[in-house]
Amino acid sequence: MRVDVQQDDFDVAKLQSSLLSGEHDEGAIATFTGYVRCNSEPADGYRLELEHYPGMTESSIEAILEESAQRWPVCRARVVHRVGVLTAGEQIVWVGVSASHREAAFAACEFIMDYLKTRAPFWKKETGSQGASWVDARESDTLRAKRWQQSQQQ
Amino acid sequence: MLNVLFFGRIREELDCAQLTVAPGPGCDDLDALQKHLETMHGDRWQTVLGQDNLIRAVNHAVVSVNVPLVDGDEVAFFPPVTGG
Repeated sequence: MRVDVQQDDFDVAKLQSSLLSGEHDEGAIATFTGYVRCNSEPADGYRLELEHYPGMTESSIEAILEESAQRWPVCRARVVHRVGVLTAGEQIVWVGVSASHREAAFAACEFIMDYLKTRAPFWKKETGSQGASWVDARESDTLRAKRWQQSQQQ
Repeated sequence: MLNVLFFGRIREELDCAQLTVAPGPGCDDLDALQKHLETMHGDRWQTVLGQDNLIRAVNHAVVSVNVPLVDGDEVAFFPPVTGG
């Protein structure tokens, strides 16, 4: 399990390789890469500023990774999240999970991303042609995260 | 001392990222600390910290109820998160 919060960009190929143990115990890797989507025109003037809570950010994502490992037989899981100023089209977040079988890898990867969006202390402020504004939390993200609580109760 | 942090829209609206408050009577729990901050800084702080969706965390854990505070605790006030 590893969590990196950083300003620098990341190499998805290297990150995926880092999930392989060399023991060949994993049969599947599922990954998710999030990109900065431009919410206004023109795209070349758009920028997204990401603020976070150092310390709590890492510990909250580590808790999410640990919970994923309790729910599914995960071999390794890793999250990289960028902070600072980003422009449209840039990579912003990467989640990768290795497991013996695809079912656990797919499910854990989606679970980690859904929980990250609702529990990890990041805040986005976007600046475009209409000026600067804080991005509001979305009810749809909260509902997606709640699905996992309901699925555990069943 | 209590280390108090503000993030995101809350930080910007208060024009304050961090301050310290002496623990003890009047600040011995989270609700009391918030009331102390609102009283000390006036109506603007009362409005900003009174927002329905305000999230409070103590020592890096989100809390949904009032909790006691002791010297050295770190308290954070922030809006709903929007990462990913």
